[in-house]
Amino acid sequence: MTATLEAPTVRTGSEAAAKPQKKKSRLSKTFRGSAAILLFLAGWELAPRYLLDEGTKTFLPPLSEDLVALWELILNGQLADHLLASLGRSAAGFVLAVAVSVPLGLLIAWYRPLAEFLNPLLELARNTAALALLPVFTLLLGIGEVSKIALIVYACVWPVLLNTIAGVNTVDPLLVKAARSLGLSSPSLFRKVILPSAVPTIFTGIRMAAAYSILILIAAEMVGAKAGLGYLINNSQVNFQIQQMYAAIITVSVLGLAINAGFVALERRFSTWRVKEKA
Amino acid sequence: MTAKISLRSVTKTFDTLTALDDVSLDIEDGAFLALVGPSGSGKSTLLDLLGGLAKPTSGEVLIDGKPVTGPGLDRGVVFQQYALFPWRTARANVEFGLEGGTLNKRQRAERAREFLDLVGLSGFEEHLPHQLSGGMKQRVAIARSLAYDPDVLLMDEPYAALDSQTRELLQEELRRIWQRTGKTIVFITHSIEEAVYLGQKVAVLTSRPGRLKDVVDIDLGDRSNDDLRSAPAFVAHRHRLWELLHDEIRRAA
Repeated sequence: MTATLEAPTVRTGSEAAAKPQKKKSRLSKTFRGSAAILLFLAGWELAPRYLLDEGTKTFLPPLSEDLVALWELILNGQLADHLLASLGRSAAGFVLAVAVSVPLGLLIAWYRPLAEFLNPLLELARNTAALALLPVFTLLLGIGEVSKIALIVYACVWPVLLNTIAGVNTVDPLLVKAARSLGLSSPSLFRKVILPSAVPTIFTGIRMAAAYSILILIAAEMVGAKAGLGYLINNSQVNFQIQQMYAAIITVSVLGLAINAGFVALERRFSTWRVKEKA
Repeated sequence: MTAKISLRSVTKTFDTLTALDDVSLDIEDGAFLALVGPSGSGKSTLLDLLGGLAKPTSGEVLIDGKPVTGPGLDRGVVFQQYALFPWRTARANVEFGLEGGTLNKRQRAERAREFLDLVGLSGFEEHLPHQLSGGMKQRVAIARSLAYDPDVLLMDEPYAALDSQTRELLQEELRRIWQRTGKTIVFITHSIEEAVYLGQKVAVLTSRPGRLKDVVDIDLGDRSNDDLRSAPAFVAHRHRLWELLHDEIRRAA
């Protein structure tokens, strides 16, 4: 009790002093966080200009030239077309995968014998690289949209499914016991205890799936597509539009980062109680 | 007088292990019984039987003369590790046990506020468990168990994880709540001192297998003494229980 009485005075004293310091350390933290990237970008700009021979420079132009190409792609509307084509595919695959694997995961986890029975198969499937199956999907579903979306669904299903099962299986048994001592029936136990406590773990799987949906898509678009960022990268290379190729690669990187950042923010919102409990 | 809780030759075995062996005990309505015993004496097993979370291998557990068939809202259980739902606020945790009942949303919130106030947590209604100290969490858990108005409160070493000052504070509060509400309380503890301070009676269990060794009546006389724990009557009771437990603890260790 004495500790809680003392705490406020200590805190107000040090908080006032710590504020400007905190601001400064945050600034330097931002700088340190992006220093490596800035250095890398500087190297990308300067090395081709001053260090590389003409031949290599053709294949690795300075960053500024790539950014000019990117700007042109933005202005002539090509970038938006390819971006939308890619996002449409990955969103379709991602949404389908989540819609299937969350309920399926809950079902599998609820019937423990089923989970034990299926687990080796799930592990095998998860560890089979999705791209290894691209030829199979192409053979079975053709070279069009269906096989690409199916491949994304395949890649996204596993993290969501396995995290959903893990989320349900790692519910604190004491919470289940407490709820049972209140006479809760199995369906309400599931709805009011198991599901909410599994949500953060499930969401981690969903975030991983979102990242996979972009990663796999780009590769899938390099084969037999007529639009999309993967197509743009591959097509630019084939047509020797090297700056445009890098512009598309930069777009892919930024897109991946943005999607991940968005989901991290969402995830934090869904699981404040868990993040803080761990800390 | 009929007993609120009756154990009749209760035995509970797990495979080859006998956790409880032929325990018979009557607890009167409105009584405060503390239950002490070394680890492995089947204290928690006994509580699970009373809570309806387990069934006796033989013998009978009766509440109001009727055998216990499962968990129910006539009994509230308070666990050592609080067992609060971390995604629910203090208020929503207290409301948990009310949600299947007849109260509407506003009445539930009102009831929760009332019981958080009873345990001294007014102003913390919207805090999540991770924002509360251990003592506060246990207060929320107690409020949750009291809110649906069970006749019996079953407490499984609820204060074992708390520091000693918080512990004494919560013991005081629990006695006050017991006197105000007239609940029948079964309180499991490791601590002889806690048992003497809280219980009207203290039941002593033997180490494996758990048998009822003795039931000691506690009469501390005038409880208004500021330092009750140093009063001669308190010391004498504590010593008597210590003697009863001494051999058992050595056998268990």
